[in-house]
Amino acid sequence: MTGVLADLARTFATLSLVSIGGINVVLPEIRHQVVDVHGWMSDAVFAHTFAIASAAPGPNVIVVSLIGWQVAGWAGLLVATLAIMLPSCALAFVAGRVLARWSGTTAVAVLKDALVPLGLGLMLASGVSLMRAVDRDVVTIAISLATAAFVVLSRRNPLWALAAGTIANIITLHLF
Amino acid sequence: MKFGLFFKAGSSRPADARAMKEIGPVKEISKGELFLGFLKIGLLGFGGVGPWSRHVIVEERRWLSDREFAEVLGVGQMLPGPNTMNAAVLVGDRFQGPAGVAASLLGMMTMPLVIVTALAMVYDRFAAVPEVNAGLTGAAAAAAGLVLGTALKMIRNVGLASVAWLILALAFVAMAVFGWPLVPVVLVLAPVSILVTVLGRKLGWRT
Repeated sequence: MTGVLADLARTFATLSLVSIGGINVVLPEIRHQVVDVHGWMSDAVFAHTFAIASAAPGPNVIVVSLIGWQVAGWAGLLVATLAIMLPSCALAFVAGRVLARWSGTTAVAVLKDALVPLGLGLMLASGVSLMRAVDRDVVTIAISLATAAFVVLSRRNPLWALAAGTIANIITLHLF
Repeated sequence: MKFGLFFKAGSSRPADARAMKEIGPVKEISKGELFLGFLKIGLLGFGGVGPWSRHVIVEERRWLSDREFAEVLGVGQMLPGPNTMNAAVLVGDRFQGPAGVAASLLGMMTMPLVIVTALAMVYDRFAAVPEVNAGLTGAAAAAAGLVLGTALKMIRNVGLASVAWLILALAFVAMAVFGWPLVPVVLVLAPVSILVTVLGRKLGWRT
């Protein structure tokens, strides 16, 4: 048990520090660690955990909390949540104070110009990798692409697309 | 603590003097107010906390001006971690120091954690129902599309310089095409993009 908690802590604390662009960016790596490396859950359970976390409100780090809960109960939830939050939050705290002093300097502008597109490229790649991991057939691929189009083209709450995808796949179950 | 000015991504040009005036004295916001404000943001944040953060912090409670909020989010975005969570750290620190950070983060995480574990328990009970599984598979497919769509939308809205497109392409190819592991990719690409950005500025590539 303690071994699992230590593994959860180490895995998510590392990912916390490289998640430039947010948790979406590290989701494929989280899947890799949780499913392939540690064997904590199957691909299907990971996909369902990801879906449940996406349907709940709040910052999407809660997917990590839920993985912790699935793997090691309430202790797992606590450890995974703290591990994914503390390193990046501590860095934000320090960086916020340092940057406030240096703001307006070229160095800060360069840092921002360099890291923002890096985060965006990683997030784009993450979307593609997640589709590869989660989509099983033509219908699910269509649901993914339709949702992406909805998000780009509409300002409505993306929860509508999530609900539509859920219903579409249930209907398909009964059609075939 | 005095809070500085940050530029929106890609714009190191004018508007600074004007923006300076918009930044008034730091208001008095208590830890309780921070907690409750972020509790509301977390609770309402279906499909992402970003839009609700702005709504509550800027429009409803008037803790920050629009410009100040954009700067806070911008800093949050270039650091690792979710940018809204980093923004909560910066906002909490600005008004109440470390205790404010704790109040903001606790507020933002409490309700989502309660709701997500409740959902998971409900799911565990009904996992054997085929409709429930089909529904969740559909939701997972949509959630993957949500990540892709959000990335595309942000790329469209940020307005990237030519050098930035190069960095974006490098990151995308390394991850999506070659499938290299994330940690080394970030550790290599972060310094590389800083180097490329500095070179680009020296040579006047920016457009």
